[in-house]
Amino acid sequence: MLTSLLLTAGYALLGAGLGAGIVAIGAGLGIGRIGSQAMEGIARQPEAAGKIQTAMLIIAALIEVVSLFAVVVCLLIALNGNITF
Amino acid sequence: MIRKSFGLTLLLSVLLLALSPSVFAASDEENKTGFIMHHVKDSHEWHFATFGDTHVTLSLPVIIYSSDRGFEFYMSSDFQDPVTHAFGVEHEGYYIDSHDKLQAVDENRSFIDLSITKNVAMMFLVITVLLIVALSASGFYKKNPNKAPKGVASVLEPLVIFVRDEIALPNIGPRYRQFTPYLLTLFFFIWFGNLLGLVPGAANLTGNIAVTATLAIFTTIVTNVNGNKDYWKHIFATPGVPVALLPVLVPVEILGAFVTKPFALMVRLFVAITAGHIVILSFIGLIFIFESYAVGLPSTLMVIFINVIELLVASIQAYVFTLFSAMYIGSAVADHSHGQDHAH
Repeated sequence: MLTSLLLTAGYALLGAGLGAGIVAIGAGLGIGRIGSQAMEGIARQPEAAGKIQTAMLIIAALIEVVSLFAVVVCLLIALNGNITF
Repeated sequence: MIRKSFGLTLLLSVLLLALSPSVFAASDEENKTGFIMHHVKDSHEWHFATFGDTHVTLSLPVIIYSSDRGFEFYMSSDFQDPVTHAFGVEHEGYYIDSHDKLQAVDENRSFIDLSITKNVAMMFLVITVLLIVALSASGFYKKNPNKAPKGVASVLEPLVIFVRDEIALPNIGPRYRQFTPYLLTLFFFIWFGNLLGLVPGAANLTGNIAVTATLAIFTTIVTNVNGNKDYWKHIFATPGVPVALLPVLVPVEILGAFVTKPFALMVRLFVAITAGHIVILSFIGLIFIFESYAVGLPSTLMVIFINVIELLVASIQAYVFTLFSAMYIGSAVADHSHGQDHAH
């Protein structure tokens, strides 16, 4: 019984770690696309660089928040699983 | 000139981090990441720093209302053991449990906890700063009605004009002046709250979900109280939708107006600020987990870097919250009678 309890604690940590990693992939993909399209837009029309940059920063912040949501969930799992370092 | 201020900035940021002694507590806890949650959550005392064995804390008032005893005023130090400063000491039938929550010894006792906790005290601080800044700026305009602004007013004017011309006017339309005070209050409260929360030793105000929930509820109330006929028609009888689809669409629209939109506003601000604080504290915690110089130096540089990014995030989240509030208000008061470019 003790080993099965320890196993579930291990699974929780595994889930938290994997989750945080996958979330990082999602955020990286999303914000990378924004960045690449923004670069393309600035390359096509350099005088609009200021507006494009502002819009890019704002949308990147929105997507980053979604990823941070998942990071907080993973952190809660990791910190509340009765696991001590 | 640029080189001089860069060196000064670097020196100040390193000093600021070196003087974050509140983190030294991490080296004493068996659970080395306990200090992260302790810093991010609310508490009945304001813990600034720990030097070895001495804790620099400020005890905050505990205010309780119960129907049989009325208002009771205590200090949080009454609930602490005088030697170890641990909570859990019972006082007048109440105690503060391990989750920093006030509980009654008698489980059936109902009471209202109106304490000035760390976040409430922080909110009072932010309000004071806000009032000082805003009143001094408006005082200048009252005394010098037609002059160019100087001092605090000159710093505030571009920001106020930004909120009015870039956030309020394009999204709300002709009735923007009615809602600009609310949007300005929202913007500056969230912005100052975010920025002051990044100072070492400060409380995590806008990262408290109760605070962001209240702000989201305010926006929802302002939106729905000012909704005009077109707004309610969009929700209850969306034009251009086949009648068979309405039983599905109307609950979705109602949920959207009263649940999803405020929920998104609330969670976005809460998560952005709280996660930012957690990331900064985690990097500092890494130093104590590894206890080596090889980790210490890169970690400190990362912490400086992320602190600067959090300054940017603080401003962006204030802007985004205000922008979305303006968009929701705009959709509620929009005037469709001039044949605008809608599909219906």
